[in-house]
Amino acid sequence: MTILPLSLSEVAYEAGGRTLLECDLSIRSGPATMVLGPNGAGKSIFLRLCHGLLQPTRGHIDWRGTEDGNPTRKQAMVFQKPVMLRRSVAANIAYGLKIHGIERSIRDRRVDEILQRTGLRDAARRSALSLSGGEQQRLALGRAWALEPDILFLDEPTANLDPGSMAAVETIICDIQKAGTKIVMTTHDLGQAKRLAGDVIFLYRGQVKERADVARFFESPESREAAAYLKGELLW
Amino acid sequence: MVKVGSGFLAGCALIASLFAGATGAAEKTLTLASTTSTENSGLFRFLLPPFEKSTGIKVRVIAAGTGQAIRLARNGDADVLMVHHKPSEEKFVADGFGVKRNPLMYNDFVIVGPAADQAKIKGLRTATDAFTRIAKSQALFASRGDESGTHRAEEGLWKAAGIDRGKASGGWYRELGAGMGATLNAAVAMGAYTLTDRATWAAFGNKSSHRILLEGDPLLFNQYSVIMVDPRRHPHVKLAEAWQFVDWLLAEEGQTRIEEFKINGKQMFFPNAAHPGCE
Amino acid sequence: MVNDFSSAFSLALGLIADFDPALGEIVGLSLYVSLSAVLVAAVIGLPLGAALAVYRFPGRKAAIVTLNALMGLPPVFIGLTVYLLLSRSGPLGALGLLFTPTAMIIAQAILITPIVAALSRQISETLYETYRDQLRSLGAAPLDIIGTILWDARVGLLTAVMAGFGRAIAEVGAVFIVGGNIAHFTRVMTTTIALETSKGNLALAMALGIILVVLAIGINAAAGIIADASGATEDTR
Repeated sequence: MTILPLSLSEVAYEAGGRTLLECDLSIRSGPATMVLGPNGAGKSIFLRLCHGLLQPTRGHIDWRGTEDGNPTRKQAMVFQKPVMLRRSVAANIAYGLKIHGIERSIRDRRVDEILQRTGLRDAARRSALSLSGGEQQRLALGRAWALEPDILFLDEPTANLDPGSMAAVETIICDIQKAGTKIVMTTHDLGQAKRLAGDVIFLYRGQVKERADVARFFESPESREAAAYLKGELLW
Repeated sequence: MVKVGSGFLAGCALIASLFAGATGAAEKTLTLASTTSTENSGLFRFLLPPFEKSTGIKVRVIAAGTGQAIRLARNGDADVLMVHHKPSEEKFVADGFGVKRNPLMYNDFVIVGPAADQAKIKGLRTATDAFTRIAKSQALFASRGDESGTHRAEEGLWKAAGIDRGKASGGWYRELGAGMGATLNAAVAMGAYTLTDRATWAAFGNKSSHRILLEGDPLLFNQYSVIMVDPRRHPHVKLAEAWQFVDWLLAEEGQTRIEEFKINGKQMFFPNAAHPGCE
Repeated sequence: MVNDFSSAFSLALGLIADFDPALGEIVGLSLYVSLSAVLVAAVIGLPLGAALAVYRFPGRKAAIVTLNALMGLPPVFIGLTVYLLLSRSGPLGALGLLFTPTAMIIAQAILITPIVAALSRQISETLYETYRDQLRSLGAAPLDIIGTILWDARVGLLTAVMAGFGRAIAEVGAVFIVGGNIAHFTRVMTTTIALETSKGNLALAMALGIILVVLAIGINAAAGIIADASGATEDTR
C-alpha cells in the first residue's frame, strides 16, 4: 500500500519574518524527481517539509490523498553529510529495523542483502566512523534502503565526494529506484541531474518557477530564471 | 532500550539489598552517644572490647559534642547517653527522655597554652585567676564555642571570674564552634590558651610547644554520667542491651576497666559510680 | 612542611605495604559507599539528563537551570536534611537507617545525582543536535533516541559518572552526619582523616589523604581504560 502521491496544498514556510518557500504541487510515483535551483532557493526546506522534519506555516501536506497519517516508516532521507552512529557498519544498517521491532532473522537477512548491494560486505564489522566519505554515504543509503521506503529524499548526496565515490553512489540510487522507490533529490551537478532525472522542479527564491520533464527542461527552459541558471548565470 | 531497562532493574535490586543489609540481621548492637573527649582519648577502644566479648553486644559509638549527643538521644537516635554536663543531664532526665542519671567517672580539665606563656599563668592556683590574667593581657584564647560539656565548663569559669567576653569575641577570644581536637589544633596553630579535658590532651598528637599551665583547681572537676534513654518515650530503644551495658559500666568490671585505662602510664579517668542499691 | 609531607608519604607506604587491616576496612567501606551511590546516581541521572535534552516541554529551561544549580548543594546541608528524615523522630525513622552505610549511600546519591544528570544533559544535548534529523528520519521515537544517545555518548557519560564518583569519595560533611563515623561500621577514609586530624595525628591524616588521592587516580585510570576498550573512539579520519 504505497503512500504516494504526496500533495503539498498551498504550502508555505516562514521563518524570521520571511517566507522562505511557497509551493502547491504533488509528487507521484515514477522516475526520479530532481529539485534544482541556486543556493538559498529553498531546496533543503522543500525536502524537509516533504519528509516531515519541518512543519508548514500555512497549508498542509498529505500522503496518498488523505490527511497526514504519519507515514514515517515508508519514507526515508539521506543528508548531505551523513550521521554515523557509534557502532559497526552492520549495526548502523540494522538500526532502523531494530527500532521498528523487525524480528532478528528477517533483520539479519535484510542487512546482509543491503551490505551486498552497497558493496560494504567486507566492512560489516568495522566501526562506521572509520569509513571514508564515500563509504559513509553508501552506508547512509543502505540504512535508508533497509527500511524499504516508498519514497527516498536525498539532499545533495554527492556534494562532498570524489568522482569515484560519486559514481558508486549514483549506481546505488539507480538500484533503489529500480527496486520501486520514488527518488526525490536535490543537486548542483547538472550532469548528475541529466543522468538520473525523470522530471525537474526548479526553485528560485522560494518559488517554484518551472516544472518539466528532464529533456524539455534542459533543452528549452521556459522561465527566465531557469534559463539563466542553466547558463551558469544565477548564483544566488 | 533493553539495556537501559535491565540496568535500571539491577540498580533497584542493589538498592533493595542495601536496605536489607541495614537491618543487621542477628547481631546484637547498641548505639551510644558520647563526647569527643571520651572517643579521642582512646577510652572506648580500651573499655568496650571486654564488654563486647562477654555479652556479644556490639557498641556503636557516635562521638559528638555534649549538646549534639544529648540532641541525638532526645531524638531517639541513640540508646545510651554518656556526657559530662550535670545541668543538661538532669534536664534530659527531667524532661522524660532519660531513665536515671548515673554518675560514672570523673577527671579534670586543665588549661593549656604556649610555652612562652605571655599571660604568665603558670604557678597560679586557681582557674579564675588564670582566666582573669588572660583577659587582662588580652592573650589569645580558643574556645570550643559549641555548647559542649567542656564549653559550658569554660563559660562557668569566666562567669566565676566575673569576666564578660562579649566584646572580645573575634579579638583575643576566639569562638571556634568545633570539637576538642579541632580546637586544640587551632589553639596550637594560633599560639592560644584553651581549656581541655586531661584525657584528650594526653592523647593529642600535635602538642607542638603547648603544655599544661594550670591544673588542680577544684572548679576544674569534670564528672561523667551514663543515662539510658527512656523506652516510654522511645519504644524502639534496645532496652535489654542498654540495661546490660549500663549495669556493666557501674559494676566492678566496668569500673575496674575504666581505672585501668592509662595514657603514658597515667590514669585518665577515675571511676566513681554510686554503690548499687535504691536511692 | 616538606618534612611533614615526606613523613606522611613513608607512613602511607608503610600502611599499604603492611596490608594494614584497619586501613583495608575503611578503604573497602569508602569504595562500597561511594560506588553504590554512583550506581544509583547513574541509573537515575544518565537517563534523566538525556530525557531533558530530548523532550521539549514548558518549563524545560527552568528545569535545566535548577538541575545545574543543584550541583552546588553543600554536602553538609544534604547530610543534615537526610539526618532529619531518617532520625527516629523524623518521618522515615521507622526504617532504622540512620548511622548505617545505607544512610551514607542515600546521602551521597542525593549529592551526586544532580551532577551526573546535569552533565548527562549537556553531553546528550550536544550529541542530539547532530543526531536529531537523522534519527527522526529513521523513525526513532523519543525513547529510542534517548537510548541511542546514551549508548553513543558512553565515553563522555562515563566521564560524567567519574565526576560524580570524585565528588562522592572526597566528601566528608554528609557521611559524617548521617553515618556517625562509628568505628568498624560507618567509618570511611574522609571521616577517618577528619578524626585523626582532630586527634592531632597530622602525619597519619596526611598519609590517609595521599592514599585516598592515589585511589581516586587509580579508579579514574581504570575507567579510562574501559572507555578506550569499548571501541567508542572518535572519528579517525
